[in-house]
Amino acid sequence: MNALTIKNLKKTYDNGNQALKGIDLSVKAGDFYALLGPNGAGKTTAIGIVSSLVNKTDGVVEIFGHDINTDFEAAKACLGLVPQEVNLNLWDTVGNIVSNQAGYYGIGRKLARQRVEKYLRELRLWDRRNDIARSLSGGMKRRLMIARALVHEPRLLILDEPTAGVDIEIRRSMWEYLQKINAAGTTIILTTHYLEEAESLCRHIGIIDGGKIIEDAKMSTVLGKLQGQVLILSLADDLHVAPLLNGFVTRLRDDNELEVEKGPEHDINDLFEQLSIHGIRVVSMRNKANRLEELFLRLVDSKSSAEDRE
Amino acid sequence: MNIALNLVAVRTVIRKEMSRVLRIWVQTIVPPAITMTLYFIIFGNLIGRRIGTMDGFDYMQYIAPGLIMMSVITNSYGNVVSSFFGAKFTGHIEEMLISPMSNASIIIGHVAGGVLRGLLVGLLVTMIALFFTRLDVAHPFIMVSVVLLSSIVFSLAGFINAVFARKFDDISIVPTFVLTPLTYLGGVFYSISMLPEFWQGVSKANPILYMVNAFRFGILGTSDISITHAYTILIGFVVVLFSAAFFLMKKGVGIRE
Repeated sequence: MNALTIKNLKKTYDNGNQALKGIDLSVKAGDFYALLGPNGAGKTTAIGIVSSLVNKTDGVVEIFGHDINTDFEAAKACLGLVPQEVNLNLWDTVGNIVSNQAGYYGIGRKLARQRVEKYLRELRLWDRRNDIARSLSGGMKRRLMIARALVHEPRLLILDEPTAGVDIEIRRSMWEYLQKINAAGTTIILTTHYLEEAESLCRHIGIIDGGKIIEDAKMSTVLGKLQGQVLILSLADDLHVAPLLNGFVTRLRDDNELEVEKGPEHDINDLFEQLSIHGIRVVSMRNKANRLEELFLRLVDSKSSAEDRE
Repeated sequence: MNIALNLVAVRTVIRKEMSRVLRIWVQTIVPPAITMTLYFIIFGNLIGRRIGTMDGFDYMQYIAPGLIMMSVITNSYGNVVSSFFGAKFTGHIEEMLISPMSNASIIIGHVAGGVLRGLLVGLLVTMIALFFTRLDVAHPFIMVSVVLLSSIVFSLAGFINAVFARKFDDISIVPTFVLTPLTYLGGVFYSISMLPEFWQGVSKANPILYMVNAFRFGILGTSDISITHAYTILIGFVVVLFSAAFFLMKKGVGIRE
């Protein structure tokens, strides 16, 4: 079953800006889906329409089979949203913010209190429940927004750049938490500018640019499209000249750091075999650039070039 | 529509609104109490003694219902317009917009919050009035129903103002340039029978005149206008303003892009 189905979704703003030019998208139930795109590509508009914050111009949106227009109560009950901007009532207490959200979903006081405690504890905000939201740090506000989005236990959670401006420690703890709730069955759609975040968390990926979906596939399939990779190898012993390796382009970055460009026709085993023949021992290896980032830039750039040609 | 869900949602909005009113009581409860105390001292006690009686009542007694109604109107309006616009401004209105609660529930919850604050302040002003004069209720049902309907009308008006407002200035334009003049010219301090015939006719175009007079009739048993007209106008305004608010919410004017 699809958690989210979008068919021919279009949005033209009053100023004539065509933000979405007829996108189609399906996200399977239980998936962890990355929706990526450059600024102004249409991600936030698409999320706004799905969550009823933006009126669509045309098209169909269904959440777990419920149309957001004709069956909006059931559709909205399935959805939780963590928006890009902090949109908390900064003068209300942490506990009230989450329990009010439960009330808007028709959850009675008793159950709401239990849920508030559960999610505030899980997101390490329980000790701050009586503080006003304004007194929280940036990371805490982001966690509060996640707790608020989860209090009605939605089947689909959309996070629009949830880790923007958050330090790495909090970001990693958020990743762990999101993986945990995804493993428990919640479908997650994530937009982010941190592509390593999308690569490490998500199983499927959609790339939106200029109001159109330009890629929608499994993460592994998308990464498989990479024509080549540039690897950085840390060496056990110093080298003074870059070795000549058949099928690979090599360059010394430093005495003990070798940059190797590999094409799709060669695998890493070939590389290590040849390095062994040269008596070069490798201590560690990393990609020069994030793989998804490389691919993302390539896809977005090639689309821009195609449009320029038109 | 899921009625149980919407009942819980409306209750939540009302509780949120009341907790806001009580949290900032220095801004919401104290100023009208001080203003009305000054009105009673200056207009009722000092100037009123020289005026004598109006429609057969001591001037202090005569103006008390109008002052109570004035505080109900301004506080009902002010509560909804500031709360709803504040929610739009900070973005937490989205908490309600993404939830399954209906547009009608969002309106009803906020209007109920405005009515409760209006009535709370009205009750406080009534208690202050009782320090200065005696008020016997002539028609309790009319008194209660008129104050309730008036409060609903101005809460709805405040809601519509907030929907259209884009900046904080926009929420003070209507109270300053429309509400205050209409209230002062709405027979709070005088009987329109004192005016020349032409100005009596003009005054009758002011809806607040009907609210003030109908409320005064509920308490003192005297009025410049027909109570039936007052109810017709009040109920008409409730229907028209609720429909307008509902239409605006459905269209997403000022709320959804």
